[in-house]
Amino acid sequence: MLNINNLNVELEEENKKILNGVNLEIKPGEVHAIMGPNGSGKSTLSYVLSGKDGYNVTEGTVSLEGEDVLSMESYERAALGMFLAFQYPVEIPGVGNMTFLRTALNSQRKANGKKELSAAEFLKIVREKAKSLKIDADMLKRPVNVGFSGGEKKRNEILQMAMLEPKMCILDETDSGLDVDAMRLVANGVNALRSKSRSFLVITHYQRLLDHIVPDFVHIMAEGRIIKSGNAELALEVENNGYSQLLAECG
Amino acid sequence: MVKDEVTKYKIACYTSPVESHWANTTRADALSWLNHNGLPNGREEYWKYTNPLSFNSSKLPVKNEIDPSYKKPIFDDINCVKIVFVDGILDLENSDDLFMAGIEIEPLAKANKNEDHWSLGYFGNIEGASQKVVKKTLASLNTAFATEGLTIKITDKVSKPISIVYYHTNEMSEALIHHVIKVEKNAHATLLESGGISSRSNCVMELSLEENACLDHIRVQGRSHERESITYIFSNLEANSCLKSFTLTVNGRLTRNEYVVNINGENAKPHVGGAIVGDTGFSHDDTVFITHSSPNCESRQVFKKVLRNGAKGVFQGKILVKEGAQKTDGYQISQGLMLDNDSNFLAKPELEIYADDVICSHGSTCGEIDPTALFYLTSRGIPKSEAQDMLVLAFLNEAIDEISSNEIQEIISKRLLDWMLKRHKS
Repeated sequence: MLNINNLNVELEEENKKILNGVNLEIKPGEVHAIMGPNGSGKSTLSYVLSGKDGYNVTEGTVSLEGEDVLSMESYERAALGMFLAFQYPVEIPGVGNMTFLRTALNSQRKANGKKELSAAEFLKIVREKAKSLKIDADMLKRPVNVGFSGGEKKRNEILQMAMLEPKMCILDETDSGLDVDAMRLVANGVNALRSKSRSFLVITHYQRLLDHIVPDFVHIMAEGRIIKSGNAELALEVENNGYSQLLAECG
Repeated sequence: MVKDEVTKYKIACYTSPVESHWANTTRADALSWLNHNGLPNGREEYWKYTNPLSFNSSKLPVKNEIDPSYKKPIFDDINCVKIVFVDGILDLENSDDLFMAGIEIEPLAKANKNEDHWSLGYFGNIEGASQKVVKKTLASLNTAFATEGLTIKITDKVSKPISIVYYHTNEMSEALIHHVIKVEKNAHATLLESGGISSRSNCVMELSLEENACLDHIRVQGRSHERESITYIFSNLEANSCLKSFTLTVNGRLTRNEYVVNINGENAKPHVGGAIVGDTGFSHDDTVFITHSSPNCESRQVFKKVLRNGAKGVFQGKILVKEGAQKTDGYQISQGLMLDNDSNFLAKPELEIYADDVICSHGSTCGEIDPTALFYLTSRGIPKSEAQDMLVLAFLNEAIDEISSNEIQEIISKRLLDWMLKRHKS
């Protein structure tokens, strides 16, 4: 599904190197988690994968189902099946949540040669999916993320994921700012989307999200590289011992 | 006698009409004010950001192209009473029957000949009173010489909107238009204005809203790129009256829209707003002066300008709260959205407050499209140009929301989308 090969990235503005040769292969249906201390490059990786401006890829390749991701605009990557659930979902006053969702879905359908959904068809699907995430109709009518609580914002991300049905989902610290119940609700939403043809890359600081979304692989990232990979138990090890011991071992 | 040569030459372009005694007197007063004070020049604070010289010119405007694709008036699909002006001249033949319950409409020239017409005491008076605060001699010029325009008296709740449609057919035309509108006690109407008036135009509207009166005014200015327009809306509001005036401006080389609002009774609500989009060579100025003389009133000024390719947007807005106008709620926002680095947004918000229990706020910002919001939209699969359009429209929405009618809001949004689509092609 996703192949990251020797990815080197620096910040456009300050010539500061953030990623130093990331290698990662995610197969269809797999759930990978990336953990790591602050500043290790986790969020940068998610931005570079989804096509945010401001980064220079100095070396390496990324492909999604064989397509060269790095040469595409972010909306083209989305149509190909890339999805980033934001750590801080953006508030957009003046754009209705429904209009946003429908425009996004229809843009992707159009790009993939599918018929665009009518307002009625769309409404039926969105109501159904919103209900399972406990998102009320009022939230759909409001401007995108404006006045949403932390939990509502994250649920809205998962709703978008459910509507757009991406192949490769990246979750950037989806657990941040959530209480235990909200985290469970979001995790259930993610688990409901797990399938043989859909892969996940879960970025998190803490192991507790991984109790709910159980990963097949866990990678530890530090100083812009993956320094250790393992199974779900690696996350427990981090939780118990912290990063410093690992960093010293792999240093 | 005349203050300067520019004013002298401009005055020489017109002849004073002979009408009723009261109209003659009003016009003579306006002319003498103009003679005494002269037309504006670029050195006055009031004209700090917009150069008035082409409005003063006694030469006809440069030949400009008329955009043929906008012959269909924007409000054509709304069921309304249509009144047509061609190059600034009333065309009754192509207008609807002006007779309608709850309303009296007459051409200005006819009203001004009537010795006891209701507009006596309104024509030139609401405009004239405002001159004491800041002189506006281009409006005096209009009052002195304009013979085109309408007097509209609204006596009841009017079922259909009144739609004034301007057609611009002469490439070198100049127009003076003067409307006098009185909305009587408990009456309610919607007034629409749309279309290009002429190559250069100077329009005055005097509005009087009596107790409990309500007027929704929606104006769409002509989109011929070369046109030059100066407009004035002078309004007096009595207790519990409500004025909502919204203007959409898409292109035009030079536009200055002035609003003078006097609140003379409690619980009155004047709202003025505008959504403005402009391109190369565009200069657009909104100048607002709202005076609160009575307590418990709410005024709003909401102006949003989208600028690109060196366009210039100007906002000068003032709220004056007089002594005793307690519990005033005055809100003022002006924002410029730049689509490139060559454009300008110049704002001068002013508050002058002599009461101690009021809420008055003013905000003015100037910025570019939020790159984070743009990334959020594109990361969901929305192509970049479409995402930009969504954000531009979202920016303008606060101003469009000032329009009461959803139907008209949609028409306005559509016109803006058209502008943006055209922008992608150019």
